[in-house]
Amino acid sequence: MDFVNAIVLFCNFVLVPATTYGAQLALGALGITVIYSILRFANFAHSELMSWGAMLTLFLTWYLQSMGISAGPLPTALLALPVGIFGAIAMALTTEKLVYRFYRRQRASSITFAIVSVGVMFVMAGLTRFMIGPDEQVMVDGQRFLIKAIEFKRKTGLQEGLAIKTSQVITIVVAVTMAGALFWFLYRTRPGKAMRAFSDNQDLALLSGIKPDRVVAIAWILAAILATLSGTLYGLDKSYKPFVFMQLLLPIFASAIVGGIGQPVGAILGGFVIAYSEVLLTYAYKRFVTYLVPRDWAPEGLLQLLSTNYKFAISFIILVVVLLIRPTGIIRGKVL
Amino acid sequence: MKQKELLYFIAFVIFLIGVGLLQSWNVAFGILNMCLISAIMALGVNIQWGYAGLFNAGIMGFVALGGLSAVLVSAEPVGEAWSNGGIGIVASLTILVITIAMIFYVQKMFASPLRLWIIIMVILLGYWLFQGLFSAAVEQIESFNPAFAGYLGGLGLPITLSWIIGGLVAAGGAWLIGRISLGLRADYLAIATLGISEIIIAIIKYEEWLTRGVKNVTGLPRPVPYEINLVETHWFVDLAETINANPIAMASLFVKFCYFGLFLGVLAILMWFSERALKSPWGRMMRAIRDNRDAASAMGKDITSRHLQTFILGCAVCGIAGAMLVTLDGQLVPGSYTPLRYTFLIWVMVILGGSGNNWGSILGGCIIWFLWIQAEPLGYVLVGFITFPFEDNHWLKNHLVENAAQTRLILMGAILLMVMRFAPKGLIPER
Amino acid sequence: MAAKLLVNQIVYMSFLNAIGMSGGYGTGPNIIHDCDLRVGEGEIAVVVGPNGAGKSTAMKGIFGMIQLRKGTVLFNNHDITDLSPSDRVLEGMAFVPQNNNVFPSMSVEENLEMGAFIRADDISNTISQIFELFPTLKNKRRQMAGELSGGQRQQVAIGRALMTEPKLLMLDEPTAGVSPIVMQDLFQRIRDITASGVAVIMVEQNARQALEIADRGFVLVQGKNRFTDLGTALLANPEVQRSFLGG
Repeated sequence: MDFVNAIVLFCNFVLVPATTYGAQLALGALGITVIYSILRFANFAHSELMSWGAMLTLFLTWYLQSMGISAGPLPTALLALPVGIFGAIAMALTTEKLVYRFYRRQRASSITFAIVSVGVMFVMAGLTRFMIGPDEQVMVDGQRFLIKAIEFKRKTGLQEGLAIKTSQVITIVVAVTMAGALFWFLYRTRPGKAMRAFSDNQDLALLSGIKPDRVVAIAWILAAILATLSGTLYGLDKSYKPFVFMQLLLPIFASAIVGGIGQPVGAILGGFVIAYSEVLLTYAYKRFVTYLVPRDWAPEGLLQLLSTNYKFAISFIILVVVLLIRPTGIIRGKVL
Repeated sequence: MKQKELLYFIAFVIFLIGVGLLQSWNVAFGILNMCLISAIMALGVNIQWGYAGLFNAGIMGFVALGGLSAVLVSAEPVGEAWSNGGIGIVASLTILVITIAMIFYVQKMFASPLRLWIIIMVILLGYWLFQGLFSAAVEQIESFNPAFAGYLGGLGLPITLSWIIGGLVAAGGAWLIGRISLGLRADYLAIATLGISEIIIAIIKYEEWLTRGVKNVTGLPRPVPYEINLVETHWFVDLAETINANPIAMASLFVKFCYFGLFLGVLAILMWFSERALKSPWGRMMRAIRDNRDAASAMGKDITSRHLQTFILGCAVCGIAGAMLVTLDGQLVPGSYTPLRYTFLIWVMVILGGSGNNWGSILGGCIIWFLWIQAEPLGYVLVGFITFPFEDNHWLKNHLVENAAQTRLILMGAILLMVMRFAPKGLIPER
Repeated sequence: MAAKLLVNQIVYMSFLNAIGMSGGYGTGPNIIHDCDLRVGEGEIAVVVGPNGAGKSTAMKGIFGMIQLRKGTVLFNNHDITDLSPSDRVLEGMAFVPQNNNVFPSMSVEENLEMGAFIRADDISNTISQIFELFPTLKNKRRQMAGELSGGQRQQVAIGRALMTEPKLLMLDEPTAGVSPIVMQDLFQRIRDITASGVAVIMVEQNARQALEIADRGFVLVQGKNRFTDLGTALLANPEVQRSFLGG
């Protein structure tokens, strides 16, 4: 029985949250990777694009709530999501047209692009904070839990409860669907293959009659969709706070690079590697071990390897270790 | 300096005088002092970016290290905390250092298959010893008088000393970090440094035994007189009377002026060294490496170690600025360090001023800080104008006016984008 | 009037006719000077010459990848001098660059599909024709092009270019870095391609072997035409032999 309790405890505090977080990171990292593989630069504004899309979704959610429209047990934000995505696409394409296109024509260096994306980041951060304010907002509504800890305990008779939030299930379902759709697009459709070709060999793609402007536009559209999804899912799972997204930039970049930048599979893998490492290393194993060992051996300390305050350090350390040992990332990416 | 470039500085001074006349001299001097600190930060970043083309996105971390040094140098030592947990802290940190040294030793000395296991054993053993001692010591330190102390305190030395120490600490951190990450490509370096700065901030925020964390260290000693003492000093009151000024207002101005003198001195010294370095053979070599890495490498230049030098120098300058900033504020507020304000804003300064030109960095630092402060009232005016059609107390109007200060982020982004697009060499181009 | 007639006569004779091309990269100096190249339907024209003779530049001039400062490119009785490379693809030209001429992380089949990107019709027929021409590729159709050997990669590159069913195929050193046996094989395939009336113009370092299969040969030196003749005639020309074919 104690063994089952330990497993349930582990699922509740490690497996479920880490999987959810991993899915959010993976979606964010996919956005970074899409832009990187087509435009060849590290887009510092990506997390602000997440924030922007999530904010628009939140605005419409509030409107729908005020009209009394809801999605039943599901969060209302899901209904508002398409509009948020649309707004993010509009924003991404605007930056492409007003800002990035000029540097593409000049074939500017990747570092120039990165600095320009810092400017875009400032503008987007200012816009979102101006429109919604710097405070924390609750995004989630509807039925909060799919399985409540108390019910789980009552039904199973276990000491430990397992709680699964609706938002967690939605996160994983959406992430899997989105990743599947992205791979279908990239490997089965003509525009998707054209994107891969462009990413592989830009000059030959031009010789083959692939239009760069169109490929770049599709890349921004994909990035905006992925950004809005990951931003909104993160907001649903935790809460919406404008300045949180700046802090997400590091784990997202780390995911993309650790997995192998420019590789969609790598981005997903990287997201989960980072998320699991963060949660596994900052979880206090005291209760978990107490269940497993004889009573006298029960540990006194928390058995926590690292304080949760330093979870950013984990993504960083993994990033540095991977860059030093295997600079291409787990899946061999494009290091130009 | 060319005439046009001198005009920029004159225009800046005129604007500052305008602020003095229209708002108050206090505000004007407040802005000016921060402009000087910003200029020093920009100078540090320019050494890295302008001389060597290194994209450091972790400026915040090195500024904060300087700030931390200011506390550790100048705050009064907490004797009780030292006697309670001092030995434990010192011992545990010694163990940490020994463990790391052991890891490197094993890495060098042992052959392949066994090595990994020995390293893991060393890490586990070291961690176990460290953790036990450390958490006990931290507990003892933090439980002593938590409302006023709860940390080890500093050395109680003059705070100006911390400007040098802050530079050294930042340089030390830069050495460590540069060794790890300078071999990376430019955009990876940016992400790695971004990560490091977040870690440094996390340490300053959460290691309360060292920094009091979010409880903040306040009331650090000043290198300049206190207003309260000034208004009781004879010569000062006499002076105020002779020029017919209010002694209290004048005391506040006088303090700011003293800071101004100190900061200007530091800036002048750093500027002198930077210009000398830039024009020396070393500076020419750095720019050669930046412009054509392969050719420089083919000529036998050791690029990574040159980059490490510039990285350390630039970070040291940022550390000095960080220590000066905490000196000016008289307190360390770990929660106030955000990447937008302390990393990317500095980047806007350098790009606007002109990458590779030290005078440009100073100008950029001055202009951007001025705008950063003045954009707030400007934002209110602008938002007031936009929301003019709404009646008073309309919810949307209230909401937007409440957030008007955020428009300055948009302004900074717009400046960066405009400069990159239309004047990529900046206001004072590199020569 | 006489000149006009002469031009018309050449047009009638040649499928591609590049006349008096001068140009270089960006604002740099001219690399080719008054250079003439031409090839007829079903013919192979080979451009040879020492390193730095401007052979590749001449090809880029024909394909519109550099701006010509002087000269005209006539293709299939059209003046295409001002068209962009992608518009020239639509006109029926195809170009295989010397380096980076495949999509390395895409399968052989996807490489061919990308070659046909501008086509809206069914391409399965063309793909099977290319697999007939290069049977090895058929077995490796699902393999990534980056994992193939040098010769196979050249086959993919040529196959990709053929996917638009061009009337003129331009090859920039198709045998660079492949073994002599593979080279002979590739030349044979290139000869096969012309059987259906496709014109081929290629730059080659292996001058002797290339001229053996060539209908026309052009020897460029310092961006200018030095010798122009039938392939066999150039091979027999003692001066060409001495200077360019290694005696």
